[in-house]
Amino acid sequence: MTLACHLKHAFPGFTLDAHFEVPEGLTVLYGRSGSGKTTVVNAAAGLLRPDEGRMQVDDWLLFDTAQKAWLPPHKRRVGYIFQEGRLFPHLTVAQNLRYGHWFAPKGATPEPMDRVVNMLGLGPLLHRRPAALSGGEKQRVAIGRALLAAPRMILADEPLSALDDARKSEVLPYFERLRDEVEIPILYVTHSAAEVARLATTVVTLEDGRVTGQGTAAEVLGDPSVTPLGARAAGAVLEATITKHHPDALTELNAGGTPLFLPALAQPEGSSVRVRIAAHDVILSTTEPADLSALNILPGTVQDIRSGQGPGAIVSLDTAAGRILARVTRRSAERLDLKTGTPCYAVIKSVALAPQDIGG
Amino acid sequence: MDWLTPEEWQAVALSLRVAFWATLFCLPIGVFTAYALARWAFPGRQLLNILVHLPLIMPPVVTGYLLLIAFGPQGGLGALLKETFGLTFAFRWTGAALASGVMAFPFMVRAARLSIEAVDPKLEQAAATLGASRAWVFVTVTLPMILPGILAGCVLAFAKGMGEFGATITFVSNIPGETQTIPLAIDLALETPGGEGRVMRLALISIALAAGALALSEWVSRRVAARVGGV
Repeated sequence: MTLACHLKHAFPGFTLDAHFEVPEGLTVLYGRSGSGKTTVVNAAAGLLRPDEGRMQVDDWLLFDTAQKAWLPPHKRRVGYIFQEGRLFPHLTVAQNLRYGHWFAPKGATPEPMDRVVNMLGLGPLLHRRPAALSGGEKQRVAIGRALLAAPRMILADEPLSALDDARKSEVLPYFERLRDEVEIPILYVTHSAAEVARLATTVVTLEDGRVTGQGTAAEVLGDPSVTPLGARAAGAVLEATITKHHPDALTELNAGGTPLFLPALAQPEGSSVRVRIAAHDVILSTTEPADLSALNILPGTVQDIRSGQGPGAIVSLDTAAGRILARVTRRSAERLDLKTGTPCYAVIKSVALAPQDIGG
Repeated sequence: MDWLTPEEWQAVALSLRVAFWATLFCLPIGVFTAYALARWAFPGRQLLNILVHLPLIMPPVVTGYLLLIAFGPQGGLGALLKETFGLTFAFRWTGAALASGVMAFPFMVRAARLSIEAVDPKLEQAAATLGASRAWVFVTVTLPMILPGILAGCVLAFAKGMGEFGATITFVSNIPGETQTIPLAIDLALETPGGEGRVMRLALISIALAAGALALSEWVSRRVAARVGGV
């Protein structure tokens, strides 16, 4: 499966000119607000008619301005999960869930209602109305409603941004399950590096209406030149497997042969997880640190150093566990005489690794 | 009930009939016009808006006069409708209903438009992405959400239909049993010596009907709103 997107659209004061082709799985459109992510998704849904462009999934053509082809939104069968849920206030949860099913073509095979209700934990909510739901519950219903319309593609526009951290960690796992269990392309918009790290099969970064990078989460987040949200949000992703849950509430991971210690994770031993390590949580040392409280000390070599006008620099470090980014001051980088090829140790406090940055 | 004379009963029944048909006639056209004004951009939108509001602003006599020109026996539209549907308006209760309907129309449109503008178009977009065509979006999302507003519009239109005077008397005159609604009967009674009792009775009935309609609509729209806002 390939999702091809070529879009040009002029807004007053802003031009979107985005081109990308991505393989199957969950594609994250990543960038700050105003970078054009939502425009891409709205064009995919047919809610915005672009000046020029084409979008298709394999031979399923959504629109092509060159051929004057345009599928109206109600014939596209995309399951759109909106930022604000957009549940129908006059219908119960069950009626909201069934809404798309009424209009799905007879031949379509939607996910069975029971399965979706179980997967999203909606059973106790079915007879309530949206006004009586919490933010997290609303978003779960919105996911279910999109799924039950028998969509050929799922669009999600910052579906977690209206939720607080607790609700985010409640809903995030459902997107992981969607990615792993539903065999249709998912286009997911976010400006959260943590969500990219956890969910993305492919990341497409957007800046000022243009695509600036594409790759796996580890590739894109580990590339210091691609920081669509600025250095403050930088952070690399490591792929690891859980080796052991220790009795002192720590979980030991194996990342490319290197042990990593994290606050206890819920996943069983043997499962693979992605760990996002925010660049500002990493300390660098040119000698092997001793007598340090930090549990994770990863040897590596400096691969690249990037700095701008500000006081900070982003150092990328190749370790056996994978690429790690560290945000240090330019002064420290000069004092330690960091250059490409300098051997270096990355020090990461276990407790700095937030559980919402870790997922399957 | 024999505290009303047969002629007074006739006026009350006729008023109800006229207001009922006026409201029914206004309802679909009014909601459609309100939807077009609220949601569509088209050339002449402002003109349509003015046209809709004209009966509200013009002297009712002028509206009645225009109706007489258009739908009277010599009027072009009147002759056409008589030929094709066998419908006559001049000096008939149908004409009274038409006059009331035209006068009530702006009220219906204004109430419906306000409630349509209050519906978040994002919900309608969501419905479209779920496979609903424009018509289905309207029936399953917009309409249920604007029901309280439409109801309010109906009550206003009905009340206007019950009370319409100027356009009706100009267009179809004051014929007992045919075009003499409550306000026209009151007008006649005022000019008749010894008609004070009749004026008082008909006035009380007008007030009761208006208050009753309002109370009913409040009750229904509260129930609908509770369903729509839904807890």
